[in-house]
Amino acid sequence: MSLEDFRRATRAWLEENCPTSMRTPMVQDEIVWGGRNAQYKNPDSQLWLESMAAKGWTCPTWPAEYGGGGLGKDEALILSQELARINARPPLTSFGISMLGPVLLEYGNPEQQAEHIPAIVRGEIRWCQGYSEPGSGSDLASLSTRAELRGDHYCINGSKVWTSYADRADWIFCLVRTDFDVPKHSGISFILFDMASEGVSTRPIQLISGQSPFCETFCEDVKVPARNLVGRVNEGWSIAKRLLQHERTMISSFGLASGQSDRGGTTSTVSSVEGAAMHYRGDKDRLSDPVLRDEIARFKIDSEAFALTSQRSREETKQSQGPNATSSMLKNYGCELNKRRYELLLKALGSQSLGWEGDGFADEELQVTREWLRSKANSIEGGTYEVQLNVIAKRVLGLPEIPAMNKKMNNK
Amino acid sequence: MSLLLNEDQRMLQDAARSFCQQHSPLSVLRRLRDQRDELGYDPALWQQMLDLGWAGMTIAEEYGGYGFGYSGLGIVLEETGRTLTSSPLIASVLCGASLVQELGSEEQKQALLPKLVQGELLLSLALDETPLHNPSRIETTATRTGDGFVLHGSKTFVLDGHSADKLIVVARSSGDDNSAEGISLFLVDRAAAGLSIQRTWMVDSRNAARVELDAVKVAADSLLGGEGEGYPGLDRVLDIARIGVAAEMLGSIQEVFERILDYLKQREQFGVLIGSFQGLQHRAALMYSEIELCKSAVRAGLAALDDAGKSGEDRARLASLCKAKLAEVFALVSNEGIQMHGGIGMTDEFDIGFFIKRARVAQMFLGDAQFHRDRYATLNNF
Ligand SMILES: Cc1cc2nc3c(=O)[nH]c(=O)nc-3n(C[C@H](O)[C@H](O)[C@H](O)COP(=O)(O)OP(=O)(O)OC[C@H]3O[C@@H](n4cnc5c(N)ncnc54)[C@H](O)[C@@H]3O)c2cc1C
Repeated sequence: MSLEDFRRATRAWLEENCPTSMRTPMVQDEIVWGGRNAQYKNPDSQLWLESMAAKGWTCPTWPAEYGGGGLGKDEALILSQELARINARPPLTSFGISMLGPVLLEYGNPEQQAEHIPAIVRGEIRWCQGYSEPGSGSDLASLSTRAELRGDHYCINGSKVWTSYADRADWIFCLVRTDFDVPKHSGISFILFDMASEGVSTRPIQLISGQSPFCETFCEDVKVPARNLVGRVNEGWSIAKRLLQHERTMISSFGLASGQSDRGGTTSTVSSVEGAAMHYRGDKDRLSDPVLRDEIARFKIDSEAFALTSQRSREETKQSQGPNATSSMLKNYGCELNKRRYELLLKALGSQSLGWEGDGFADEELQVTREWLRSKANSIEGGTYEVQLNVIAKRVLGLPEIPAMNKKMNNK
Repeated sequence: MSLLLNEDQRMLQDAARSFCQQHSPLSVLRRLRDQRDELGYDPALWQQMLDLGWAGMTIAEEYGGYGFGYSGLGIVLEETGRTLTSSPLIASVLCGASLVQELGSEEQKQALLPKLVQGELLLSLALDETPLHNPSRIETTATRTGDGFVLHGSKTFVLDGHSADKLIVVARSSGDDNSAEGISLFLVDRAAAGLSIQRTWMVDSRNAARVELDAVKVAADSLLGGEGEGYPGLDRVLDIARIGVAAEMLGSIQEVFERILDYLKQREQFGVLIGSFQGLQHRAALMYSEIELCKSAVRAGLAALDDAGKSGEDRARLASLCKAKLAEVFALVSNEGIQMHGGIGMTDEFDIGFFIKRARVAQMFLGDAQFHRDRYATLNNF
């Protein structure tokens, strides 16, 4: 099929299959995460997911033999353009799509791919990420959750923390230590297991925004089949890093939407910073506060230049393969833009941005308060701002190693 | 619209880079400065640039040019920015020839463009009248007399004003001093009676001049564009020039940054390379990120100039984006260029100082960052 035909067919199919309510801006509590216990506040969400999953278009470029869309880069681009054209909501949001799937396709064996990829495409299994531990955050490679091989299975003991949505997830992709007697990067393995396994428990943690999206995760003598280990034993660190690149690329997209004046056709007064600033000051065609106006202009210039940079980076990765170290730069810049956006919205809305709950504040104003607080995590999750700068300095700029960071794992 | 260079453009980039590195390293500008060279550029070097076709990059083939587009000229400017090459490229080609192409009549194009391509004619734009760029604030007057006009006024920061054969003078034939209406452009011969041109010595060792127009008579056919209707075309060319200068700035920024990185990997203190200090690493990583944004902005700006499908408003927005962003980042990187070199960065013998000097002039030329953020906000309706 020529690209022109593909576009025509895609447009027609979307016209027919994308429900009208799925062509409106996404609202927080209608995001579809899938999984065994998936709930659909809006029944159209389920319909939309099922139609898209049936075509493999929840994961357009993944191989068709595992349920993916099997599209080439050009076709995938057309599909994304056509989806954007009708303001279609993402049918499925998941760590399976944005993080695990790509590395499983790269490092998993055929059995693992056949078991997990189709379920990710269809949104049947919801995944969480078991990386961070109480003693191992930025220094992730120092992690100490222990996995011991006992015959045909591993026995896992230890605890993870900040595990996003662990209490709602079905499976976890987890970093474990399989060798304590080697330099820290060399004894790590990447393993998958069911959160319903005996010995797994979670405890939710509340965020400053009032939401409780993440958990402590405890493993006590959890039995995991040995075949669930991805790649080779003790060689999980390169898989772990690869996954982080995908995660960073995903997080950087927070910044992409942030400079747009019109976020997906929404008419909300807070959808653009400059629109909000004018609205709350009663300005007609020019923002009356010159200092804020200059600050917003600088923000929007950076946002537009950032969007162009993401585009350029996509074009570059198309020519090479997969994300690279520039994902750290994109992650940082995107996150800082998103944080700037919320700080500017606070200035734009004045005290109307500072309500916590109840009367006197519109829902969208309360959401600004909460999202402003949530945005502070952007430069922590997925590797902190400072850690990304370290990565850029070392991997992109080739600057010498910081002496203190080369330590070995002490034999715990 | 792709933001990557294609095969031809990469070849042009390689050729321009090796030419500049070989024939116009920074020592050329240093020599011109030290000798207080009246011309301010090296004519033999300029002739070589002409031979390479650089003056005809953006000019259509029917007028003797090579139709390489602004992306092509931008690539060349990026390389001349790396070596801080002083030449008539910006004043005569980027500004002058673009004005003729944009505003000139068919006769004017046929008469002037081939000469510009060959370097037989050098142009210079006489626009600003105050220390701050404000292209619609024009007090220089053009009064009709008989079959021509008489010009009165004064101009400042006229790039290459002292070496150009003709000035393109922006004057007001009607309207009040701050209005875009009533602006006319005139080609004025350097020998015209009543015209005085005084070379100024700028901090970047490049060329600019002050110009006084005291009852300068020009013929009716020296009018470039319609009488009183020059502003929209001028504005379009200013956007071309802003993006072109941003490309030059991009080259300089990258050069400074590479020099910084080299130094971080070579200078030792406390028994280690200074590049292993996190305080410096993070600042380097932040500069890198900003430079990546600059590259994308400049590529998009140049591509928009060559894309007939882009509206003037799109180009204007991108031009202000480029100029505002590059001005900030050039300031940042040129300041860090000195700081990260320590004491040696402050010495005249060391080259890095040339970049901070050029940075401020380039930042100011055709509108500084504040000017362009204000314009960007207006173009975005807030
Ligand atoms: C909302 C949210 C969701 C998350 N979701 C998940 C998840 O699903 N799964 C998961 O595994 N983890 C998750 N995380 C954890 C996240 O990856 C860690 O918080 C992060 O890696 C930082 O680790 P830490 O919190 O231990 O901070 P620390 O590493 O203790 O850092 C404290 C401070 O020290 C700085 N610092 C540390 N090392 C260096 C260094 N070498 N150079 C300079 N500065 C340094 C840091 O930048 C930071 O400012 C999530 C975090 C948040 C906030």
